[in-house]
Amino acid sequence: MAELLLTPLVRYCEIAALWVRASTTYRASFWMLTVGGFLITGVDFVGIWILFHTVHSLGGFSLREVAFLYGGTGLAIAIADLFVGRIERLGSMIRLGRLDTMMVRPVPLLIQVCADEFALRRIARVVQALVVFGWASAYVDWSPGRVAMAASMVVSGSVIFFALFIAFACLQFWTADSAEVANAFTYGGNTLTSYPLTVFPGEVVKALTFVLPLAFVNWYPSLYILGRPDPLGFPAWTQVLSPVVALAMAGIAALVWRTGVRHYRSTGS
Amino acid sequence: MPLHVSIATRAFRRYSTYTAATLAGIFTNCVFGVIVCFVYTAVWDQSPRAGGYDVQDALTYAWLGQAMIMTVAVWGGGSPDDLAERIRSGDVALDFYRPVGILGWYVAADLGRATFHLLTRGIAPTIVGALLFDLRWPSGPITWLAVAASIPLAVLVSFSLRFLVAASGFWILDSQGTKVLAASAAVFFSGLTVPLVLFPGWLQDVAVLLPWATFLQVPADIWLGQRSGLEVLAGLGLQLFWAVALLAGCALVLRTAERKVVVQGG
Repeated sequence: MAELLLTPLVRYCEIAALWVRASTTYRASFWMLTVGGFLITGVDFVGIWILFHTVHSLGGFSLREVAFLYGGTGLAIAIADLFVGRIERLGSMIRLGRLDTMMVRPVPLLIQVCADEFALRRIARVVQALVVFGWASAYVDWSPGRVAMAASMVVSGSVIFFALFIAFACLQFWTADSAEVANAFTYGGNTLTSYPLTVFPGEVVKALTFVLPLAFVNWYPSLYILGRPDPLGFPAWTQVLSPVVALAMAGIAALVWRTGVRHYRSTGS
Repeated sequence: MPLHVSIATRAFRRYSTYTAATLAGIFTNCVFGVIVCFVYTAVWDQSPRAGGYDVQDALTYAWLGQAMIMTVAVWGGGSPDDLAERIRSGDVALDFYRPVGILGWYVAADLGRATFHLLTRGIAPTIVGALLFDLRWPSGPITWLAVAASIPLAVLVSFSLRFLVAASGFWILDSQGTKVLAASAAVFFSGLTVPLVLFPGWLQDVAVLLPWATFLQVPADIWLGQRSGLEVLAGLGLQLFWAVALLAGCALVLRTAERKVVVQGG
């Protein structure tokens, strides 16, 4: 059992290491891409900071609390993007026939697709989110329960974004050039959860709880960590549900991936 | 001139081939438009005259931003990406031999692309935004005319910047890094992250004069009527200044590069 899980991970690391060596060849470009990756998500937070020059709170939350939410969701998507983000390019792999090549290799297909062109520079986004998260954390009144909740939040949040990346990329098995639909849910979801959900109408929050459970990425765990009552009056136990939601999402994503691969009949040209 | 028109027409057709991609992009623009609108509503509820905008201005600005993302290619892309690839592969050496200027060719191709993106990814989200929220429209035919003049100027400024980024490949081979750095500057200083009118003090004074201000802030202020009379002309003048200055820069860089080009393997 352990081997069944471990071998694919080892394969992933091997392929990733190969790409890391390749990408450091153009040294100047590698560093510019890394700094650029840091800046391009960094300006989002500078944007929030500028908004707070005009207002003192957003949806009833202070800058530090918003930073905590921003850092939480930012870490989750950055980790997911680092490890499985390349799946966005599934459509072009199909078009170029590279997916067919991967299918005959003795490594699980999903591992190959996600490790393809693994880009270490994406770690810049993780660092950027970590900086904001670290700054916001300094103002949290920590207790053992809250620390545990924070750890569970980052892991579950990453798994939820893992699942979203994979599930929405599978659309490309049916329409190869629809990659951008996924962006609305992954990056859109990230932008949405960067703000306190009190900014949005109640219906949106319900949709993010029951339909597309993005609220479990950072919102419910953060309410617990920041010691805030649920604005919509959901029971306190929703705040500990994130790991369950993450597991369910991962299961759904695996199912969608299987269906997609079974449906796949090559490009035919 | 007819040559350049046909280059532009073909670039337009090239982008119009991918219907699913266009629809997917419009959907994504709309999702982001809605998200930004709720955030801006929360901000302007507390501070109803922030940056000299009222809430209706702010919501309109949010949708104009979505409309301009692809039209001016804030994140990069368009015909300069083709140039970057030809520099990397060495094919650009052939371009220098052709009896058509390189710059004119790529300008025409990018204007064709921008026209397609304006008609699809510009107009469609704006209509969706207008159906969902109460937006402000240009106040009269003269304002519409000024907006119509402002958009192609914005495209020209953005084209020149993207062209210069691609041309950096002549010296460092792989222009991916410069492209990402330029994109983060463009996203922030165009006012896409937050309107430049909300920037604090000196940062705003500087930002409104930079070339990126011509991407979104200038056309939006003309549209919203924040600029009137001579201020409209000043806005268009700023755009024209950057377009001419940066295009001249592109021409200069090309002349320097021409002397430097070595065909790979030769």
